[in-house]
Amino acid sequence: MPLYHNDEQAMLRDSAAPFIADAAPVSHLRSLRDSGDATGFSRDLWKQFAEMGFAGILVGEEYGGMGLGHAEAGIVLEEIGRNLTPSPFLSTSVAAVSALKAAGGAQAAQWLPRVATGDAIIAIAIDEKPRHGPEGSALAATRAGNGFKLNGQKCFVLSGHVADMLLVLARTGGSAGDKDGLTLFAVPQGAAGLNADPRRLVDASLAAHMRFDDVTVDADAVVGEVDAGWDAVKPLLAAARTGAAAEMVGVGQGAMDLTMDYLKQRKQFGRLIGEFQALQHRAAHLYSEMEIARASVMKAQQLLDEGDSGAELMVSVAKAKAGRATNLAVREGVQMHGGIGMTDEYDIGLYMKRDRALAEYMGDVHYHIDRVARLNGY
Amino acid sequence: MSENLDDFRAEVRAWLAANCPDEMRKPANEEGDICWGGRNWVFKNDAQRDWLHACAAKGYTVPDWPKAYGGAGLSAQQTKVFRSEMARIGARAPLSSFGIWMLGPALLHFGTEEQKLHYLPPIARGEIRWCQGYSEPGSGSDLVSLQSFGEDKGDHWQVNGSKIWTSYADKADWIFALIRTDKANKYQGITFMLFDMASPGVSTKPILLISGNSPFCETFFDNVAVPKTQFIGEVNRGWDVAKYLLGHEREMISGGGAGGDMVSIGALYAQVIGKNAAGELDDPVLRAEMAAFDTDVFAFRAMGERFMDMWKTGRAHPASSNMMKYAGTELNKRRHELVMSGAGSAGLEWDSAESRGGSKPRGWLRTKANSIEGGTSEVMLNVIAKRILDLPGA
Repeated sequence: MPLYHNDEQAMLRDSAAPFIADAAPVSHLRSLRDSGDATGFSRDLWKQFAEMGFAGILVGEEYGGMGLGHAEAGIVLEEIGRNLTPSPFLSTSVAAVSALKAAGGAQAAQWLPRVATGDAIIAIAIDEKPRHGPEGSALAATRAGNGFKLNGQKCFVLSGHVADMLLVLARTGGSAGDKDGLTLFAVPQGAAGLNADPRRLVDASLAAHMRFDDVTVDADAVVGEVDAGWDAVKPLLAAARTGAAAEMVGVGQGAMDLTMDYLKQRKQFGRLIGEFQALQHRAAHLYSEMEIARASVMKAQQLLDEGDSGAELMVSVAKAKAGRATNLAVREGVQMHGGIGMTDEYDIGLYMKRDRALAEYMGDVHYHIDRVARLNGY
Repeated sequence: MSENLDDFRAEVRAWLAANCPDEMRKPANEEGDICWGGRNWVFKNDAQRDWLHACAAKGYTVPDWPKAYGGAGLSAQQTKVFRSEMARIGARAPLSSFGIWMLGPALLHFGTEEQKLHYLPPIARGEIRWCQGYSEPGSGSDLVSLQSFGEDKGDHWQVNGSKIWTSYADKADWIFALIRTDKANKYQGITFMLFDMASPGVSTKPILLISGNSPFCETFFDNVAVPKTQFIGEVNRGWDVAKYLLGHEREMISGGGAGGDMVSIGALYAQVIGKNAAGELDDPVLRAEMAAFDTDVFAFRAMGERFMDMWKTGRAHPASSNMMKYAGTELNKRRHELVMSGAGSAGLEWDSAESRGGSKPRGWLRTKANSIEGGTSEVMLNVIAKRILDLPGA
């Protein structure tokens, strides 16, 4: 498979790009933020995502989805990133769907069709501490009657307060730090003892701290196998990380486009500032980093779609590289905009904020560079 | 040739198993392990000779060239399969050659049929070793200001002047050179000439570099007669050929950063540096730098794959080879800084047997030229800013 978009993928991009730019440009984010919206995204827009087929892009055709791969999901994510569109797409349609597909069973049959129609939002509850570490899950699931009782807390749960269901990584055995002894549960919103405390983040998105006080679930709430939740979480993590990297590439590209436009308009010392070599070289270096980041993300998507054993490493490479490149894009963006780059009125600062949130999601640059070392045995 | 890529892969795999000598599957350790070919080439061993001859007979020294010119006529996807099978067994390139990397592409694009049939097969077989005469003492980054002049003498040009940084000029059989043929016209006054280095009036002088080696030469032309049939493209339009070729040179140099394989630098130096009980490198700061470097290398390798896929199918921005050259060479310099750190004091030894003649420090110093030769990093950034980003006044 060549590393460029084939005709079908180019068609998908040609429909996703104008749709998202038109329905949810940066002004859409601003209006949600400024109206103090309590949901974190527009439910109308999510319905449109479903009508376009995007909500079920990874869902198999047997469940009413498009049955496409990570490469295609990445095309939608890049446009979401470019427009800073608030959307549950990454957690619901990419991360949650990947776990449900891998695990199969009753939960997959119940939720995948509803994701495809846009009738279900799914949140991911994995982290318990401010720094990412899925193996560190300590939230306890103890056997009770026909099912389990969940006690503990989770943080950084995007859409956790409004999701219809949460995928919760809990410990049924072993101790914090072990990959064995983890179990993934599908916990419906409204379950007794489940409490959400949504917090507004720097990028105006909402992420909840979730408390679990004797939350009771049936045995069939288990996604995959008891004590082997890692098998379902692994594809979830790979998909979410690769997806976040694709969205970051969109954020970085959007920030870079704004900045290049500005360099061609702004005059100082009687010249367009884009004429100054001091800025040209930095812009060219940024271009180079963004191109490399995009290639690494496309490679990770391709390896995931092919089920290649090299995907694991490439996913971390992509998350780290996209993190570094996009961070450069937004920092250079604000600096090259000068004073107005610091104002709320200009969009460049919004790109910086979204990048920061995406960079943190499912492991930051340092986490993934460390993982590159581990996967190479050092 | 098999149309089906899986069949083709099996075919290549079987051929490599039968024809690639074990010795040629080990990493090249020293200069003599790289086969450059040419009239005066002395093979280091039988394996090097057999490997070149086996590949040349099959067209595999230049797999994507047409068969008529000594290649194997492979498609872009077949070439990718061929290269991945070579990499899988760690096979060395059978032949390294400026003829393959630079002159060949120029001939394929600008040459007449007669020229292609005359010049390309000896390149493919490793019989003629070429060197490139571009830079001059007064014309480095500003190459188009070059002064070497070919005076029209009817049936030949009489060439006078000098070139510098001519790689392996003292070992080359022929040279392709940019020679001014019209002093009044800066860009459209240069001709892309080909001539034998054994021609009367050609002399070379190796330049001692900071690495202690002399891969580059000064090359002098003193009334050298060049027949007026020996040029590519049109007279006075050699700059077009040069620009086209620089794209290929940048493409070639950019590959250096990645190396051919997925070897992690951290894994490579784990033994020298040592590991703690958790299996991490003993020096946590060096570990972090190596891991960040590995991340960049693996990402750049994906970039290389994407670039080649796009380049071969005409999808790439024509100036994108400048980006590849910039990123690849900067990465290679970083690699060698880390190699020196990983090697510690042993990496300082300049000529001991244990250091294989100081291969690490000399290699490290050599890489400093990566971002100078074939267009400096600064020139690459200028080109990206102007041609890709369309920034004003660049």
